[in-house]
Amino acid sequence: MKVEEIVRGVLRGEKRAIARAISIIEDGLPEAKAILSALEPHTGRAYVIGITGATGAGKSTLIHKLIQAYRRKGLKVGVVAVDPTSPFTGGAFLGDRVRMQDLALDEGVFIRSMATRGSLGGISDATGGAVKVLDAAGFDIILVETVGAGQLDIAVAGIAHTVVLVLAPGLGDDIQAIKAGIMEIADIFVVNMADRPNADRMVVDLMSVLEVSPFNPSDWRPPIVKTVALTGEGIEELVEQIEKHRAYLAKRGMRPSEKKVRTLLLEALRRAVVSDILPMITKSAKFDAAVQMVVKGQVSIDAGAELLLSSIKQALREME
Amino acid sequence: MSSAKKQRASARPVRVLIAKPGLDSHDRGAKVVARALRDAGMEVIYTGLRQTPEQIVETAVQEDVDVIGLSILSGAHMTWVPRVIELMKEKGIFGEVLLLVGGIIPEDDAKALKEMGVDEIFGPGTPTDEIIKYIRDNVRRG
Repeated sequence: MKVEEIVRGVLRGEKRAIARAISIIEDGLPEAKAILSALEPHTGRAYVIGITGATGAGKSTLIHKLIQAYRRKGLKVGVVAVDPTSPFTGGAFLGDRVRMQDLALDEGVFIRSMATRGSLGGISDATGGAVKVLDAAGFDIILVETVGAGQLDIAVAGIAHTVVLVLAPGLGDDIQAIKAGIMEIADIFVVNMADRPNADRMVVDLMSVLEVSPFNPSDWRPPIVKTVALTGEGIEELVEQIEKHRAYLAKRGMRPSEKKVRTLLLEALRRAVVSDILPMITKSAKFDAAVQMVVKGQVSIDAGAELLLSSIKQALREME
Repeated sequence: MSSAKKQRASARPVRVLIAKPGLDSHDRGAKVVARALRDAGMEVIYTGLRQTPEQIVETAVQEDVDVIGLSILSGAHMTWVPRVIELMKEKGIFGEVLLLVGGIIPEDDAKALKEMGVDEIFGPGTPTDEIIKYIRDNVRRG
């Protein structure tokens, strides 16, 4: 298929063209740029919802119920479900569809599985592009399911209007574990499997953590919604809360909160430092020298790191 | 983008749909194959049990896979496979997507299925390496 053909197909909502466009973006092929810029003027209509939370919390089942809820409203729903690529083999097992397969034949639903292909942050580099394709293809709601790696799973906030953090009692991901990072980017907290004995305890814990976090009066205060995704209990309330958050964003011109942007920028910077700056250091002669000093027992590991750090700071000062 | 990342992006993983049509619930073989393909560096989309040919082919389209692997142990392959082929033709992915069948298929049926357009059939106990090699050698989109 040629670029123009794909673009035309996407705009007509043809599933094969949509699928191919996403692949081209995902594979980083040269045509990707042309496709995205041709689609760009047709984007911006869809509402994007990120669903994050630990593996086993019930994200896929919740998404299945959300698709049904939005379909009942007559809206078209696109789903991008991300699973991790093995860093050792480059392969991936993409199994999120299993819980959504009964919707595979619904004309108003498009589900695409994606592997992270080396990206950190819980989504792949191409997830944002896939969302744009689905947006241009006329899907009203786009649900993005993240990997579920917990703390680092925050990149979705950069592409989603509303981020829903799904928790479940008894998974070991107690409230202590989610305090930093992911807490700042969640707009709605879901306590799924709310029919389990410890669910209420989890809600109370969550409330106490949320109460002590700083808020301006004009800030969005993340609500807590109890759901049982398997039976559909609480889904209507979740949809309502998403609508409320959407209205809140609309009032502020769809601008994300400063807190969210601050968290995302910090995390993006952290990733960039790790992937770009750190290798420059580890490949340097100074790094090898520090290793030798530690090996010979001349300095401790911490002191060796401190030495390297002061060289970096020195280099940064010279840059100014 | 770091250079390591660029390298990864250019080596496009083969995407494979592993599906089980029909009513039998023996998916051990399918899961073993799925895991082996993943470990060989492929992206495996798994749909679970009891899929209709319509669901399978629509999923193959949306996931833009290079390979469809059908696991059939119920003996109903002469019902399911021709329907899958018919739908692949309808959706325009026949000939482009590799169609493989795994399961207990009598020789006469195997011959008939291949004439219809199945690319290869793998019986029980086929070493997974053989399947991996077949896919690598025959996948049509690089």
